Amino acid sequence: MTEALALALPEAAPARRARVPERLVATVLVAGLCLILVLILALPLGTLLIKSLEAPGGGFAGLSNFRTYFATPTLVEALVNSLAVAGITVAVVVPLAFAYAYALTRTAMRFRGVLLALALLPLFAPSLLSGIALTYILGNQGFLRGLLLGHSVYGPIGIVIAECLYAFPHALIILMTALALSDARLYEAAAAMGTGRLRTFATVTLPGARYGLVSAAFVVFTLVVTDFGIPKVIGGQYPVLATDAYRQVVGQQIFPMGAVVGLLMLAPAVLAFCVDRLIRRRQSALLSARSVPYEAKPHPVRDGLSLAYAGLVAGLIVATYGVAVWASFIRYWPYNLGLTLDHYDFAAADSDGWTPYGNSLVMAGAVAVLGTGLVFCGAYLIEKLKVFSAGRAVAQLLAMLPLAVPGLVLGLGYVFFFNAPWNPLNVLYGTLALLVINTVAHYYTVAHVTATTALKQIDPEFEAVSASLKVPFWQTFRRVSLPICLPTVLELAVYLFVNAMTTVSAVIFLYGSGTKLAAIAIVHMDEAGTTASAAAMASVIMATALGARLVLALVNRFVLARAQVWRRREGTA
Amino acid sequence: MTQRDATPFLTVSGLSKRYGAFTALDRIDLAIGRGEFVCFLGPSGCGKTTLLRLIAGLDRQDEGRIGIAGRDVSHAPPAARDFGIVFQSYALFPNLTVAANVAYGLVNRRLDRARIAARVAELLALVGLPEQGDKHPVQLSGGQQQRVALARALATSPSLLLLDEPLSALDAKVRTRLREEIRHLQKRLGITTIMVTHDQEEALAMADRVVVMNRGAIEQIGTPGDIYRNPATAFVADFIGAMTFLDATVGAARQLRVGAVDLVCEDGRGFVPGSPVRLGFRPEEIRVGNVRPTDVNAFQVRVRSLEFLGAFTRARLEPSLDLGGSLVADVSANLHGDLALTEGQYLYVSLPPAALRAFPVAARA
Repeated sequence: MTEALALALPEAAPARRARVPERLVATVLVAGLCLILVLILALPLGTLLIKSLEAPGGGFAGLSNFRTYFATPTLVEALVNSLAVAGITVAVVVPLAFAYAYALTRTAMRFRGVLLALALLPLFAPSLLSGIALTYILGNQGFLRGLLLGHSVYGPIGIVIAECLYAFPHALIILMTALALSDARLYEAAAAMGTGRLRTFATVTLPGARYGLVSAAFVVFTLVVTDFGIPKVIGGQYPVLATDAYRQVVGQQIFPMGAVVGLLMLAPAVLAFCVDRLIRRRQSALLSARSVPYEAKPHPVRDGLSLAYAGLVAGLIVATYGVAVWASFIRYWPYNLGLTLDHYDFAAADSDGWTPYGNSLVMAGAVAVLGTGLVFCGAYLIEKLKVFSAGRAVAQLLAMLPLAVPGLVLGLGYVFFFNAPWNPLNVLYGTLALLVINTVAHYYTVAHVTATTALKQIDPEFEAVSASLKVPFWQTFRRVSLPICLPTVLELAVYLFVNAMTTVSAVIFLYGSGTKLAAIAIVHMDEAGTTASAAAMASVIMATALGARLVLALVNRFVLARAQVWRRREGTA
Repeated sequence: MTQRDATPFLTVSGLSKRYGAFTALDRIDLAIGRGEFVCFLGPSGCGKTTLLRLIAGLDRQDEGRIGIAGRDVSHAPPAARDFGIVFQSYALFPNLTVAANVAYGLVNRRLDRARIAARVAELLALVGLPEQGDKHPVQLSGGQQQRVALARALATSPSLLLLDEPLSALDAKVRTRLREEIRHLQKRLGITTIMVTHDQEEALAMADRVVVMNRGAIEQIGTPGDIYRNPATAFVADFIGAMTFLDATVGAARQLRVGAVDLVCEDGRGFVPGSPVRLGFRPEEIRVGNVRPTDVNAFQVRVRSLEFLGAFTRARLEPSLDLGGSLVADVSANLHGDLALTEGQYLYVSLPPAALRAFPVAARA
């Protein structure tokens, strides 16, 4: 240090402004967050619960609705069907996805990046699209219907195949995460002791991925039980819980029975949620800070077989969705295979024309902007401010709740809560605003967890340093936390946008005459028999969702990389 | 040592903090003078960081009061307490340049740009990093980042500087250099400073006074020389430097009976004859060379093992008469060369009466 410097540091003019009561502001914000979450989550779900105990004509009925449900064979049949379809899907998808995840994470096969991207394709389309594609491939006019040996695709067969396609990326992501959490040292230790490949797989790989397998099974099961789109399109006369709930509420207006079905769907989801929580706690303990990530060495035979398998699976996924897109350009399947854009003139198939797509864009845009703002600010309040800990705990609990609540159940709750005559908020019913609110609530948890993870990686002492420098937390949020988390914020916005574009299950109960969404238009066009237009609309949605993802990739690559020079040496620091 | 006012700058009285059933701090009383450099020293979990965070207002105490510069700040938010703080993790804002980091607390004070720039330049020169203002934190080494954190903490001219293990994340060499620099800077600025550390060497080298803490309580407060030479408890004696402990019984007239041997001890402390005590002495205080069997407190030992530690050799000695344990003696490299110690060798050693300290058995930590 420079010795010569004269060091009577002058007092840096403490021209203090009247101090804003920081703690008060923070407390009010946390309370506001709690209020919002109660309004958009707790109250609708509470109403659903109460509704299930109500007699059809009003008044308290206790558990009699449940008794009626289980005494009605047709209703119980839907329950059994749902469980059977979900069980079979789990049995098929989880092993397939595990092998795929293994090929991606534990082998040195080529094209891993491309194969991962292709397998994630179903995430960008409404679930119905796989059902629509199957009608073209295996349906009455399908070019491969001979493969079914005379069985109809409309029913359990079609549902299971379509659900497998739809659920595959969800299982894949979970299993890849589980397999990526592996310690190379364990493999080196096993090899040093002369352990064979099979034994290593059974004693090191499988135990490490065990929790991931359980978690994937539960997630797939829940997805299938609560999915509405696929059974609607390809289920034929085969009743399942999701279509039953829709029929009870929208068709027959028997609200309490709809609530009962909704609660039945909630059961596996809540169970999955609890198991997942339990697993996560243990999984984290598996990997210590000293672990070294596993990197596969080239092994020609294994890598070749992996590539063949992964190529086949990815090919099937892409081909199925490709058929749906292709079919949307076909004049008259399968008799006139000439190409046309006629099916994209939606006005011919549905009186609303392109309006639903416009609605979807506005809705998804609003969800992306408002949802990201709410989720990120909420996560910041919960994670970084040390005030009003009871309020923060409540907010955290509510933020995790949507993960256990299928969209259809949340949608039912919204119907009962926001359509109730006693509720002053019922003016929102049928408006685009309510669709936005519902979609934000529906996808809150994943976004919240992502935001929280990013915020946790920021030094927890930033707020303390700011306080010591007399800088209020909102300035630190604006100048430091938000810029650091910008990539995550953009990621959240795209996640919310894509899901808002593709979701059907919750919003199907909530749209109004002028606020029909594109994904709902698909259901209607498919119902009306204009399947090609349905496929066309689904293709437009998929293209939009993929476009959003592409824009994000470009922004990350060219804008953020340049603007955020300070990240560059982060790896070595 | 720095000149101090008679009235303390910082007072802590009856401060307690509990986390559930765990008592992190138990009725702490402490007074720190203006311009003083005080270290909170203790093993992890002793409550030293908790105490620092309570003083800063980052956590809230369950009971007790805190006064800074004659003002009661027990319930004031951190921003109203006027301190600068440096953390082990540096906590530099990665997206801001070094200059923007240092200026972070100044921007809020409606100073014009030129004055802020001048102040930042002055501070960066002060911590030995002139011309580095345009870099981002990731481009600096750990030691440089910690200097920036120090400059940022000093930017607003706080009256109190809090250092939370500021050197623990650094390499040994950088640590030694930076600790000299921090101490030097603190003396020149005359800023009252509290540093938390678990490194006794750091505390002894830097502090005017050391506060030794254990299990949420203060064991001893004193100058480095004081706590090293006159540890108040067996815990302090063991934590600061090394010490060999033996079980003993108080005899008559400055006599202690250890096993089969009677030793002369000057540390009276008013123990009742016949009561059990812990006898402690430091490895470097055992006299090894030129000891005659007739010297005070001399006895024969056998060298069980020798451990070469560079500047000195640590010898484990087995007394020929039962003392209830073996002894550890540090022999300087020079003496070791003269004596030509070998393992298994027999020789006489003595324990100077002034070096022996008796501790109550209950205080054994």
